[in-house]
Amino acid sequence: MSLLRLLARALLKGPITEAPPDPDRAALADLAQRVAETARGRLGRSLVIREVDAGSCNGCELEIHALGNPLYDIDRFGIRFAASPRHADVLLVTGPVALNMAEALKRTYDATPAPKWVVAAGDCAKDGGCFAGSYAVAGGVSAILPVDLVIPGCPPTPTALLSGLVALLDQAARRG
Amino acid sequence: MTNTTVLLDFFRYRPSAPNHRPWPRYRLEEADWRTMIDIVAVSDWDLLGLWATAGEVHAALRESENAAVVVASLACPMGRYPALSGVRPGAIRLERMIRDLWGLEAEGAADQRPWLDHGRWPVATPLGVAAPRQPERLPYAFQTAEGDGIHQIPVGPVHAGIIEPGHFRFHANGETVVRLEERLGYVHKGIESLMAGKTPQEAARLAGRISGDSTVAHALAFARAVEAAAGIEAPPRAHWLRALMAELERIANHLGDFGAVCNDAAFVIMLAHALALKEGVLRAARDVFGHRLMMDRVVPGGVTVDLDRAQAETLRTLVRRLRPRFAELEALYDATPSLLDRTVGTGVTLASLVHRYAAGGVVGRAAGRALDGRRMPGYPPYDDLDFQVPLEADGDVHARLLVRLAEIKESLALVEKIVDGLPAGPLIRPVPEQAGEGLALVEGFRGEILTWVRLDEKGRVARCFPRDPSWFQWPLLEAAIEGNIVADFPLCNKSFNCSYSGHDL
Ligand code: SF4
Repeated sequence: MSLLRLLARALLKGPITEAPPDPDRAALADLAQRVAETARGRLGRSLVIREVDAGSCNGCELEIHALGNPLYDIDRFGIRFAASPRHADVLLVTGPVALNMAEALKRTYDATPAPKWVVAAGDCAKDGGCFAGSYAVAGGVSAILPVDLVIPGCPPTPTALLSGLVALLDQAARRG
Repeated sequence: MTNTTVLLDFFRYRPSAPNHRPWPRYRLEEADWRTMIDIVAVSDWDLLGLWATAGEVHAALRESENAAVVVASLACPMGRYPALSGVRPGAIRLERMIRDLWGLEAEGAADQRPWLDHGRWPVATPLGVAAPRQPERLPYAFQTAEGDGIHQIPVGPVHAGIIEPGHFRFHANGETVVRLEERLGYVHKGIESLMAGKTPQEAARLAGRISGDSTVAHALAFARAVEAAAGIEAPPRAHWLRALMAELERIANHLGDFGAVCNDAAFVIMLAHALALKEGVLRAARDVFGHRLMMDRVVPGGVTVDLDRAQAETLRTLVRRLRPRFAELEALYDATPSLLDRTVGTGVTLASLVHRYAAGGVVGRAAGRALDGRRMPGYPPYDDLDFQVPLEADGDVHARLLVRLAEIKESLALVEKIVDGLPAGPLIRPVPEQAGEGLALVEGFRGEILTWVRLDEKGRVARCFPRDPSWFQWPLLEAAIEGNIVADFPLCNKSFNCSYSGHDL
């Protein structure tokens, strides 16, 4: 299979979408629409996210990663992940806050320009989850930072993450 | 020179611990422990793990030739034990971990610096005699490299991508990496202390969250260790369903890693296609087992899910649709010289180092180390299933990709065989509430996981030590990047894809 053939086929056949009906699909289309409308109005067509793992088991990272795959393709809504907190509107934080990560998390927050939002993604980020009470854990994200939104789940599915981001945009629009 | 002492012969006449299964655990005197170290120095025994319980250290050893496994234990009333790191470098970080968590000192250790303890916890030696203290950042002395024009590049703990945190300290001369030193422990959550005192079912939730990408494999290793300690076997149908989930997990992760390595070589289209295939696997897992990552499906005693006819068909369809599309990606990789140019000869791990560290999984098998926990020691149902263990010799990024690609094909075939051969019967059996000790070795997508469990008289977890494969792979990444250009680090790192959480515990 040459690259050209693969590209040509992708062009002719259109984007990859699963044949069987998928429960996530309708929800996704609906969300996509709402994200696009709100993000455009509020943040001038784009929302930039900086992801911070503050002690996660890496399960949450897998699902955040999935947002970038061709089936969710978060980029098309103007939502993208930035390498630097200095370019970010939103800190998307996963995991219970490990005490060994607390300072790095705080510093990442301080480096993010206002206005900024903090989203705690996953049951661990919510309240420490099954790691709460450990000598090595501060608790959920709110133990260290002001949290604007919690997206529960272990891990939250990509669809849940997307609906969470939409909710955040709605909230921001109302506040602004 | 290699020694001819047979592992079991050395231990045969030492006192053994009762109720340690399936392999024996021997209690050594200090003199015997020292003799053991001398023999390890000249043998090819693998060090599979090193951990502590209150006032005692334990080392798991394996002789590959005859698949013999033993655990050697040494009581350390004075809080010290002779170090193994002088003869097995894989012990270096484990000894540092034991000192940080338990306060037991390895005498003559190759590295005296702290490891998981960054000074941030309100207690020192939390698992031993916990000593309250004022948290403050501990200074850390990185190793140095000197020479004309050598500069340092610190990276992390927060990285640029959506990945776990850790610190990398590069010493570079121009573009070339002279030395890489890792500093880990940032996501230490105290998992071992959280498991203690819990019922096996409660602790299994934690086992499945040691490293989320290996949730099935870690939960399986924990369940098998508990079952060994309690002296039971899961029902046959549970064995097969566990393997089914483990192979789906392997396929999903290998697809993601394959795409990610190509992406780091600036071949983005491969990532898009590989992730689309991976997503198909996760959705099938959701449809069939009710969770995309299959968390909490493997539990001590068996499994919590079943497979009906329609679900079996879902998985057959998944494999049927995935296989030809995967073959296209494989062919594309093979036919793209600009991609091969980045992967061939990059990030080489020497076979000798892989053997000294007993590095398992893709990292080991890409450098000629033909070990796979499903084969040796082996566990059901793999003894009833026909599969190959792919092997490469060159130890570079390319070899690691080839092993992954070949393993995806093997696992796809295994999924079909398991679905077709699934025996009937119960899914789970009760775990008796009694004392015992168990050890399990399970092959996750990353390599061999060792989990050791001690149950108390009420059948609760008194102590659990899960050793992720990453412990023996992270150090090899440091060696693999030496002499490569800084820009190739992401590529090398991805081709290893070690777990931070699994290692940091
Ligand atoms: S919420 Fe679940 S998946 Fe996410 S970090 Fe916590 S344990 Fe892992």
